[in-house]
Amino acid sequence: MTTRDYDDVPGTYVLDSRTYRRGYHLNMFLMTLNKAECREEFSQDEAGYLAKFKLSDEQKQAVLDREYLSLLHLGANVYYAFKLVSHDRKPPQVMYGQMSRPELSFEEFQKMMLSGGRPIEGNRYKDESNG
Amino acid sequence: MAKIIAGMGTSHVPGVGAAMDNGKTDEAYWQPLFAGFQPLRDWHKDNVPDVNIIVFNDHATSYSLDNYSTFTIGVGEEFIPADEGWGPRKVPNLKGHPELAWHLVESLMADEFDMAVAGSLEVDHGCTVPLSIAYDQPDEWPTSVIPLCVNVIQHPLPTAMRCYKLGQAIGRAVASFPDDITVGIWGTGGLSHQLGGERAGVVNPEFDKTFLDNLTADPLANAKIPHTDFIRDAGCEGIEMIMWNVMRGALNDKVNEIYRFYHIPVSATAYGAIILENTD
Ligand SMILES: [Fe+2]
Repeated sequence: MTTRDYDDVPGTYVLDSRTYRRGYHLNMFLMTLNKAECREEFSQDEAGYLAKFKLSDEQKQAVLDREYLSLLHLGANVYYAFKLVSHDRKPPQVMYGQMSRPELSFEEFQKMMLSGGRPIEGNRYKDESNG
Repeated sequence: MAKIIAGMGTSHVPGVGAAMDNGKTDEAYWQPLFAGFQPLRDWHKDNVPDVNIIVFNDHATSYSLDNYSTFTIGVGEEFIPADEGWGPRKVPNLKGHPELAWHLVESLMADEFDMAVAGSLEVDHGCTVPLSIAYDQPDEWPTSVIPLCVNVIQHPLPTAMRCYKLGQAIGRAVASFPDDITVGIWGTGGLSHQLGGERAGVVNPEFDKTFLDNLTADPLANAKIPHTDFIRDAGCEGIEMIMWNVMRGALNDKVNEIYRFYHIPVSATAYGAIILENTD
């Protein structure tokens, strides 16, 4: 598979052709949550609703478990994943904190941002970060 | 002849709209941000153009993997706020400006920018939050709006230079519109931020400051920034800043910086705003 010059940026998932193909059905499922009637149907029976889409078992499980970082690994894009955290009526910082490494609670993520955010220093290249 | 009076840059974080819609703007978290909006709102009150061209991106709302265009102009009579997953924002519908919008399409195509044309477009926070920032909570928006969507999510994206050149072509197009109307142009999104992944929450005030400085004084420097520099230094979603290049390109070479505001954090984002008045 072709590489990209941003592949050495740590902890970063760009929606390019590789992600697009891996995550197509996953993202298209997430996209349906823009519609109130789909949200309702998903709420009634999450597994049943997921069965309508061509998702892998791993992708389905990550949705059911709200494993946001796994979702990114499996091809979801963060703007699409946003629909799931909104559906749960949770603030997005819950998702941002859960994806962070080390993992952060909502309060810890808020605190990091209120103290100026995650510093760019040490986070530009994979070989200088733990990410 | 139509005339561009000014450009505004602003982040379009959805949380800002939610804070306003849910009456939370007096809370300690939001207070400094809304205090910083006040001078900007005062300026907007005194400088209402007939039309605002709002350059923004759709966030998996009206466009998604099954169909995504690089540059889209909304030519409809009206645009409604979209349901992005939590119900549509309760803000006024946007009145379009089909005459100028179609003139832009025709002029830009002749200028070799192959625009997609949207007759109906449900607009998300990318377009409605900037209106709320500028105009607060009116019963109806004080100007017509031409939504101009840029793909800044699904790579390959237009280059920062392409965005700047599109802005220049918009400047030429507006100048050749025969009616005597005033036009504003807004670049939205950014500044540095990353929402996804282990590095979520990364921001870079130094990068943002240089970008804002160059926006006024040396816009070509911002047009030359490669995508990977944005991703690496300003966060994966910081690349939205290329939309500010469209706004800047539409203005004259020399502009007056009227107001600048920068605040961390809004959710996971470094908030930035700028107002640039066109010189004659
Ligand atoms: Fe955005």
